[in-house]
Amino acid sequence: MSIATQRRRIALTRFWMSFRHDRTGMIGLGILGAFIIVAVLAPILIPASALDVTKADGGRFQPPSLAYPLGTDDSGRSVLLLIASGTRISLTVGIAATIISMVIGTTVGIMAGHFRGPGSHALVGVTDWFLVIPFLPLAIVLATVLGPSLLNLIIVIGVTSWAGTARLIRAQTLSIEGRPYLERAKALGAGNWFQMSRHVLPNVIPLVLANTTLTVAIAILSETTLSFLGLGDPMAPSWGAILDNAFSTGAVSRGAWWFVLPPGLCVIAVVLSFTLVGRAMERIVDPRGRD
Amino acid sequence: MSLIQEVAVGGNEPQGASRRGRSLGLTIGAKFLRAIVTLLFVILFNFFLFRMLPGDPIGLYARGRNQDAEQMLELRRLLNRPLWEQFINYMSNPFSSGIDSTRFSRPVWEMIGERVWPTVLLLGTAVALAAIIGIWIGTRSGWKPGRKFDRVSTGTTLTLYAMPEFWLGMLLLMVFSVGSFGIPGFFPVGGIVSPGVDTSTPIGWFNVLWHMVLPCATLTLIYLADYSLVMRASLMDERKQEYIGLARAKGLRDSAVRKRHAVPNALLPTITLIFLSLGFVVTGAITVETVFSWPGLGLLSYEALRGPDIPLLQAIFLLFSIAVICANLIAELLYVLIDPRVRS
Repeated sequence: MSIATQRRRIALTRFWMSFRHDRTGMIGLGILGAFIIVAVLAPILIPASALDVTKADGGRFQPPSLAYPLGTDDSGRSVLLLIASGTRISLTVGIAATIISMVIGTTVGIMAGHFRGPGSHALVGVTDWFLVIPFLPLAIVLATVLGPSLLNLIIVIGVTSWAGTARLIRAQTLSIEGRPYLERAKALGAGNWFQMSRHVLPNVIPLVLANTTLTVAIAILSETTLSFLGLGDPMAPSWGAILDNAFSTGAVSRGAWWFVLPPGLCVIAVVLSFTLVGRAMERIVDPRGRD
Repeated sequence: MSLIQEVAVGGNEPQGASRRGRSLGLTIGAKFLRAIVTLLFVILFNFFLFRMLPGDPIGLYARGRNQDAEQMLELRRLLNRPLWEQFINYMSNPFSSGIDSTRFSRPVWEMIGERVWPTVLLLGTAVALAAIIGIWIGTRSGWKPGRKFDRVSTGTTLTLYAMPEFWLGMLLLMVFSVGSFGIPGFFPVGGIVSPGVDTSTPIGWFNVLWHMVLPCATLTLIYLADYSLVMRASLMDERKQEYIGLARAKGLRDSAVRKRHAVPNALLPTITLIFLSLGFVVTGAITVETVFSWPGLGLLSYEALRGPDIPLLQAIFLLFSIAVICANLIAELLYVLIDPRVRS
């Protein structure tokens, strides 16, 4: 076991060495780091009164000034502080939904690749079904039935976004299943659970991790879309909910660009960073992508 | 990145021995059967989701609504029937499930019928434009990767890909129709036609076209990001194939190798993926139609979920699913018919 741990540590160091030389990946990682710091520090730096509609002291739709670097919203709150506290919510929902999606996707993928017979066919069928069904209409129907809350939003995004991962992991599992060390394990009498957890899982993990960062990007975009449609938690405004608020209070027709532009730019920066990091990891992990 | 993953994963599927011996007719039949089963599952899901969850379905149907006593009584009567009776009634007409729209008190099917054509017009135009422009960009950047054009276009498309489409729509609306930053507002702020204009005359058509410019531009920009990235990846794959080397060895000019050999082969997965991407297209329609008040199915979905109007929501979900399942089926059939490698 210790040899395996040691080998994995070496592999991890080697991975970091190649990642460090990937310029776009490092840029993405840097931007993500900045947003994560804001998300962690948000509750310490921002007084709760700054986000309270009843205690807002700025005028309505004030353009940017020294006191309000990004202007104010429809009820006089600072847009900058709203966005900073939205960072925490957007990132939390994106990451939590991704964890659900990854757990379901990896489990289904490995099981569908490992087992033979009707059970495996059923899993592939369910995966295909989720791949075919249009995401947003399905998410809207689920979110409406469950009711608007942050937890439900996380569940809805997690439950609707795992199919792509499952398919990827299944393909990888099928290629691992044919390798000699699995045959050896079977010959020595290893059970299904042992084979899957000790042999297949460690081999698909790198691919899962590279896929995770790409899934976070998609999950954050989905969160923004669903919140914009009013399916998020009204008490915890994410970037999408800020945009919904801007849209429904007429910021667009007033030309209040400071209320519309920054939340969207934040979404782009975070989604793009996750995508860049994910693609860099994929280049290292997945030999098919190498030129 | 969903589409790009599909390209990568699709080639990895193990081709079992049972596949090889199948005739063309059987392959097509199997694909039809799978589409029908998928559709059946959508219908079952639609029925049971609202009835199997804990809580009171009547409360869910009537949530946030000031319905008069008679309508509530009718709703209660419909939902209190035995489950099998509701199920038979539902299966006989999965669109309306025998319950009218709770928000508009009209048959669901009638409302959807009014909204189909604006959406088809908007999405059809946007997808066609995005496919043409996206394939052109993807071809140019994928043929010579690493050049300036490739770096600029890949950067732009990745940014567009990371963008919430409704946000782009809001910006375009703010700049080009409200008028900001010194640009005069030239385009209408929403809707499909100016009030009082007859859409059956040429002036009416131009009016609709004028209303369509901004929503269509928004959707085109968002969709073309996906298509050009797929075309680029696909062309870069083809470039490594041996037949390209052969074409060059026989002395063909670079442009001839590209146009006659590489692009036709690279187009195949791209066109299939354009059909497969309809689910993604639908997502854009819902939010962008909302921003531009385009009176299509997307705006209707928004109105339904803000209610929430459960019967309407269910019917729209079913309709979108049918559209996407059909598009998938077409994509798969196209692939079988065009590409002899899949058949063998």
